[in-house]
Amino acid sequence: MEKKTVLRKPAGFLDVYKHKPGAEKDRTHYCPGCGHGILHKLIAEAMEDLEIIDDTIIISPVGCSVFAYYYFDGGHFQVPHGRAPAVGTAVSRANPDKIVISYQGDGDLAAIGGNNILQAANRGESIAVFFVNNAIYGMTGGQMAPTTLEGQVTTTTPYGRNPATDGLPLRMAEIINQLEAPTFVARVSLHNPANIRKTRAAVRQALQNAKEHKGFQFVEVLSMCPSGWKQTPVNCLKWIEEKMLPIFPLGTLRDRSAEATPVVRPEPVLEPGKVLEKLGLTEDKSRGFARGTVAEEYSEMSIRIAGFGGQGIMSTGQILAQVAMEYGYNVSWLPSYGPEMRGGTANCSVNIQDDTIGGAEAVSPNMVIAMNRPSMEKFEKTMVEGGSLIYNSTLVEISPSRTDIKAFPVPITGLANELGDIRVQSVVGVGAYAAVTGMFRPEDIIEMLPQFFKGKNKSIIDLNASAVRAGYDYVKNNF
Amino acid sequence: MARTLMKGNHAAVYGAVMAGCTAYYGYPITPASEIAEGAAEIFPKLNRTFLQAESEIAAINMVYGAAGSGRRVMTASSGPGISLKMEGLSYCAGSALPCVVVDVMRGGPGLGNIGPEQSDYNQVVKGGGHGNYRNLVLAPNSCQEMCDFTMLAFDLADRYRNPVFVLTDGVIGQMMEAVELPKPVTHIPDRSEWAVCGTPLNKNLINSIYLDLDDLERWNMALDAKYRSVKENEVRYEEYLMDDAKIAVVGYGCVSRVLRSTVEMARARGIKVGLFRPITLFPFPEKQIRAFADRGVEKVLTVELSTGQLVDDVNLSLQGTLKSDLYYRVGGNVPSALEILNRISELYGV
Amino acid sequence: MSHYPRPGINPDYCKGCGLCVASCPKKVLAISEKLNSKGYHYCEYTGDGCIGCGNCFYSCPEPAAITVYLKDHQPGKEA
Ligand SMILES: Cc1ncc(C[n+]2csc(CCOP(=O)(O)OP(=O)(O)O)c2C)c(N)n1
Ligand code: SF4
Ligand code: SF4
Repeated sequence: MEKKTVLRKPAGFLDVYKHKPGAEKDRTHYCPGCGHGILHKLIAEAMEDLEIIDDTIIISPVGCSVFAYYYFDGGHFQVPHGRAPAVGTAVSRANPDKIVISYQGDGDLAAIGGNNILQAANRGESIAVFFVNNAIYGMTGGQMAPTTLEGQVTTTTPYGRNPATDGLPLRMAEIINQLEAPTFVARVSLHNPANIRKTRAAVRQALQNAKEHKGFQFVEVLSMCPSGWKQTPVNCLKWIEEKMLPIFPLGTLRDRSAEATPVVRPEPVLEPGKVLEKLGLTEDKSRGFARGTVAEEYSEMSIRIAGFGGQGIMSTGQILAQVAMEYGYNVSWLPSYGPEMRGGTANCSVNIQDDTIGGAEAVSPNMVIAMNRPSMEKFEKTMVEGGSLIYNSTLVEISPSRTDIKAFPVPITGLANELGDIRVQSVVGVGAYAAVTGMFRPEDIIEMLPQFFKGKNKSIIDLNASAVRAGYDYVKNNF
Repeated sequence: MARTLMKGNHAAVYGAVMAGCTAYYGYPITPASEIAEGAAEIFPKLNRTFLQAESEIAAINMVYGAAGSGRRVMTASSGPGISLKMEGLSYCAGSALPCVVVDVMRGGPGLGNIGPEQSDYNQVVKGGGHGNYRNLVLAPNSCQEMCDFTMLAFDLADRYRNPVFVLTDGVIGQMMEAVELPKPVTHIPDRSEWAVCGTPLNKNLINSIYLDLDDLERWNMALDAKYRSVKENEVRYEEYLMDDAKIAVVGYGCVSRVLRSTVEMARARGIKVGLFRPITLFPFPEKQIRAFADRGVEKVLTVELSTGQLVDDVNLSLQGTLKSDLYYRVGGNVPSALEILNRISELYGV
Repeated sequence: MSHYPRPGINPDYCKGCGLCVASCPKKVLAISEKLNSKGYHYCEYTGDGCIGCGNCFYSCPEPAAITVYLKDHQPGKEA
């Protein structure tokens, strides 16, 4: 950078404030003596000197700096009150090679957006935050801010901020400094030329780091609000020095600029072929099992499967639906969830048919698989006449009360236990279903087991294969 | 491509992936959480962004940031979370940003429960946030449609530069069906004219402030014109056995599936019931419903999982030619096909 | 005016806040009796004595109100 021979309106500002309505496109809207203008100038100067004007995206908050976008050159977002860090998070991730500035007031950052700033800081988002602490809500006419001093009179603390009812001023720089991720945290002030120069240095450090994509930068700036404070601009300087500095000590709280490593974000994959390849969708894995002859009464199935949570109710249903899908049926699976799901019982509905499936809940099933007694009692009642009830005779010691249905008592838990692992009872149930309906061949179910138990070793697959056979054979041999 | 058995919620994730959505920002809530979980699994494989935001408010503002940066972006939630997103959605519409929001509705008000309801209808279909804006709203009733409509939602969002909702319910989100995955898009419309993106940076402004009264009025009129063109061009609906129907049942989402069964049961008894299912809730199929009487429909029954939200739009559309009756279940309950048929018999003496 | 350093003040942009006056170590800035077109008493350079410290430039909230020409400035050439 050449040594300057003139200090003039920095190039980080637009020549003409084209977005500003009205005739005065050459001057700011800020009140006389407002600190926002000074900080704007320091940022605009740093943008020029660091040669980042063409790479900077500025997020204007809600507050007096809501119109920051009038003045700065660069890309702009004007955002909801307090949300600049959330917006900035996405902007920086979408534009990883750009510099993202979040410019916020104390109401915006420390009150309504308190969580957003904390979380963005904690994630170490690549954002440079300039936080104007003027101890008041400027834009809305001088109400209390989270940073308002004890005893300070504002329009909403007409008797002075009372710690007993309003709390004490929030020290945001210290709070941010508690977090591990931020790179640079400083509190600076605009109350005299020496401190303005320190502010200038902090702004430049933050933007230099942002240019190098070194994560989260936080610069808190004590700033005058003559209108809100109802003081002359020059008196405001004294007020900062005497009243604010004792509560908000100045200094660099953290500077990890040297150690910080740049954030790198790879380009998203959008090319169709690559997308399919990365998602493992390039080959058609459908099996297209040939259907055998299925009795008319089992050609359109509405199934309710019910039992204790832990009996594999949901997976029994999913396996039935998956296998049926491979035979070319339309299928649906609906878990009980919501108000139904209480007291450790679970049920699901499965529909298997050639026609379009209407309601997914098996309200009047033609097949119930009941894994315990309460389930049998509950769902037996709902069955259509002539339907089939497979029930777990190991745990259900009574017989069904309905005589207009077909009952298949199968010792499902017992068969699983004989195989040495009661966890396979859900698959025993699938085998029994296949035998009762004639809808699936056991070999086909077994062929699909590796898909159902992804990542499981061969002994587990083999055990489940035996479970399919056990359920299937039991039905074939006993009914 | 093969059919895959998957939950409606996962199907929405695939729809987004195939549509070229590069960022998902969300906050967990039952019964929508599988959308976040699915995105968390799939998006990183494609170098796309998944981020669990600190709240739904943060999530919708991240959506605003990503959309303004010219990315296809999505979030998803359910009732309480959708309520929190309203301010951000208003900003998205006010700044003409395309984005997709999936709402898997649950029981309300307040914390309600996690069972299926359709009680977000008014807040989603009528706008919900402040100001004169509308959301385009698609209402899938199957897992396949969760995928396809999510994909379509991205196109509509781009075409109209406006938020588009995929409005569904806990049943459709939680159920599994066979889904045939669509092919990934090959082309995403250019956004350099308005978005803040690119190298060199397009120094655009994403903004909804119009200080000048006449400017803001003009902008509102432009939005209004846009929504009128949406009404003209984007109405979608489905009919089942409506041609000779004397009784029309109207419902969307999971209810429309039950109604299909109701129609079949009614027809088996010789009762001429037909199903009219709005697919777009905004734009609402007003003309098609207005035409019921001319087509010989004598009775209209609206069935919804809310205490009379959809029925208001049905009656507005009927313009007094007929008056729709209402049958509803709420609290997480879904009526059965027979229950509805019994109601039809009671109401109309058939 | 021929010699540098010195401040150049655009009276039209000045809002008369007085921060530059307070910042000037040489006390060579003052608020004028006169009003600008917006009705503000604007800041004036009261004559010789500027040392080109830049305090007024950095203290002024209005981007284009104050320019400070430093010692090595040559008219028509800006760096
Ligand atoms: C959601 C919402 N709530 C309230 C407001 C009103 N509002 C506008 S600015 C502001 C306070 C801004 O104060 P601060 O962040 O301290 O900035 P300053 O004006 O002091 O620079 C408030 C409450 C709003 N625009 N949006
Ligand atoms: S109200 Fe305060 S913060 Fe706002 S412009 Fe005026 S002086 Fe600045
Ligand atoms: S540059 Fe320094 S000495 Fe010169 S007028 Fe400005 S404040 Fe005074």
